[in-house]
Amino acid sequence: MKKVIEIVDIIDTAKVYAELSDAKSGGICVFVGAVREFTNNEEVVALEFETYKSMALKEMEKIADRALEKWSLNKVVMRHAVGEKGVEEPVVVVGASSAHRDACFEACRFLIDTLKETVPIWKKEKFKNKTVWVSAHP
Amino acid sequence: MNILFFGITKEIVGSSEISFSDGFKPVNVAELKKHLIDSYPEFSKLNSLAVAVNSEYADDNVSLKGNEEIAIIPPVSGG
Repeated sequence: MKKVIEIVDIIDTAKVYAELSDAKSGGICVFVGAVREFTNNEEVVALEFETYKSMALKEMEKIADRALEKWSLNKVVMRHAVGEKGVEEPVVVVGASSAHRDACFEACRFLIDTLKETVPIWKKEKFKNKTVWVSAHP
Repeated sequence: MNILFFGITKEIVGSSEISFSDGFKPVNVAELKKHLIDSYPEFSKLNSLAVAVNSEYADDNVSLKGNEEIAIIPPVSGG
């Protein structure tokens, strides 16, 4: 299968190499997004993700298709987690494999940048004394 | 007409789904947005407010019949 598109409760980062590995691929590029301990010097307790799942999967599919059109890729993975995630936990994994490294590096960057712009997933930062929906307000 | 809410809009409305009890039937996305902003003024303070019709982003001029799945999409923040 050329594409893996998923929204899951828990991300297993060990799976992605086998999913992208391919006899024709000399390059595999993966981006993992994880929960950072501090945002603007404030300590984050957890991040909570929610999604409009049917639409999010469609949008992720469109991004993967655009990447497959734009670069010569063998495989593409896009996987995002939902629910509450603690510091250091992975929340998103995207990756691509290709014959040579340029294509998969560029595609990987495109996959995560576009996911952040268009896919209906929302994150709430939980601090000790407050919670904030990220990017909601100017 | 049922409307789905997510993220901060769900908190503003206090529910993940509502139907207009006053029988309001918007003819297009622009009319729906105006009605929602009038009903929930907090919506106007958001960075953006998009609408999805049948799980696709829909411009203001997309017309509505009333049987679509409609969702309000506040600024996304995945990743």
